[in-house]
Amino acid sequence: MKFKGWAYAAPTALFVLIFFVVPIAIVARMSVSDWRLLTGNRGFNAPENFSDVLGDRLFWPAVWFTVKYTVVTTVILLALALLMALIVQESSRWTGFLRTSFLVPSALGLASASLLFYALYSPQSTPLEFLGIESFLGTPNAALWSTVVLIVWRFAGFYMLLLLVGLQAIPGDVYEAARLDGAGRWQTFRHVTVPLLRSSLAMCAILCVTGSMLAFDQFYILTKGGPDNSTITVVQLIYNMAFYGQNNLGRAAALSILVLAALLIVNVLQFRGLRDKEG
Amino acid sequence: MFRTPQRVLTGGLALLFLFPLVWASLASVSPQAGTAQIDGWGFGNYRTLIDYQAGVGQYLLNSTLVSLMTVVFTLVVSLLGGYAFAMFRFPGRDALFLLTLAILMVPYATLLIPLYVLLTELGLQNSLIGLSLVLTMFQLPFATFMMRISFEAVPKDLPESALVDGCGSFRALLYILVPAVKPGLITVGLFAFLAAWNDFITPLVLISDSEKLPLPLAVANMRQQVMGIVDFGATEAGVVVLAFPCIVLFLILQRHYVRGFMSGALKG
Repeated sequence: MKFKGWAYAAPTALFVLIFFVVPIAIVARMSVSDWRLLTGNRGFNAPENFSDVLGDRLFWPAVWFTVKYTVVTTVILLALALLMALIVQESSRWTGFLRTSFLVPSALGLASASLLFYALYSPQSTPLEFLGIESFLGTPNAALWSTVVLIVWRFAGFYMLLLLVGLQAIPGDVYEAARLDGAGRWQTFRHVTVPLLRSSLAMCAILCVTGSMLAFDQFYILTKGGPDNSTITVVQLIYNMAFYGQNNLGRAAALSILVLAALLIVNVLQFRGLRDKEG
Repeated sequence: MFRTPQRVLTGGLALLFLFPLVWASLASVSPQAGTAQIDGWGFGNYRTLIDYQAGVGQYLLNSTLVSLMTVVFTLVVSLLGGYAFAMFRFPGRDALFLLTLAILMVPYATLLIPLYVLLTELGLQNSLIGLSLVLTMFQLPFATFMMRISFEAVPKDLPESALVDGCGSFRALLYILVPAVKPGLITVGLFAFLAAWNDFITPLVLISDSEKLPLPLAVANMRQQVMGIVDFGATEAGVVVLAFPCIVLFLILQRHYVRGFMSGALKG
């Protein structure tokens, strides 16, 4: 029985070992080594990679931009997804149509969606002149908001679906009780729906924060980090350090270890916040 | 509950979501200066795609191969793994399961840098097989979780009666359990396909040969054309080719897509 269990789990174990555990070990080693793309490992040099990362002129702007982008995206995306979930929560033919329309963009890849908006935003081909926006990607602010619109379009349906599952798990008699107590619509929403939806909302927030902190495709395709490096995210900086320009794998590994640590801390804090509120 | 003004408002919101897709499809066949489709409507932009470097056929083939291999690897590994985790007790079971889920916590970029070096050592860098293996690894947390709960939902007496009837555990899996967990397999397969077809940063790091690029990268590269003039018509056509199979699959399998979230949300 034991042997059989392991035999069936062996492919999973092999995949996890070769493509996950070993790479983690390599990246840890890289982060403390002088390791260039072309020359390979040239020995231990800690903590040089880490101090180089912290001293990189794009490091703090990238961190700041990534945080700003994460906050803006998460707030807008979750508010809109919640509104959409409330709109489509009863089933009918009309809500079925609405659900499908909201969800279709989530079938697209992020890269495809970014390419689509790249064409949508460019002055040569845009159908949006009537909005009177001079440039969608030309200034740092415009580039940020244009990217947020793309991400909201691509992901709102996805988060709506997650929240819808949570909404449908709330038993109908809770609403009935609120109604009998004379609660208005807003009161019901504020004091019944939101508290009972907390774990779904928290899960969405965790997914959204994680996804935004690791943003890459949308900026790589839409803005290439511009204008003036104003939209470089941390993951883009990792990519640039490793394969574009610097070709320094050690430095990129050091930065990606820092990102991993930040991600772990943020997620632990979010889980803890969730548990404290429930307790 | 929907009166006319609400219908207008919600319908307007739905149109906002559909608009970019409808626009891209129309723009790809409509006349536009600076593209291959200048006079009248037609498929000039798609001809540009066919003529671009190795040709859209080659990139479609690469994407299809990578997606199919990823789907097959993911299905096989997660079917066996889910079976092991749900039906057997063995030392290290919980540790291995948690380790598999932990893949979710680690950024792609953190893994891709060492994987670039590792795959070079293994002779799998710049190969579609190597790319599929890495994409499979990224799918394993969701797929293993999904298959485990699918197997756990199967009534216990079903495999037991098969074992009593003299089936080995593998035959029981193949003939009795696979049909029982088929919905889970479809969900896992759908997610693996969409992820592999659409992944961008993994091939960006792992594939260096332009002949071997999957379609999203090829379309993105196509924008850097001669003298910095971008052919937006070709980009729009590329987006349509990229999006079409995803949207069709999604519309056919929407139920299974939604189910993937239900399982995660209920347990999570």
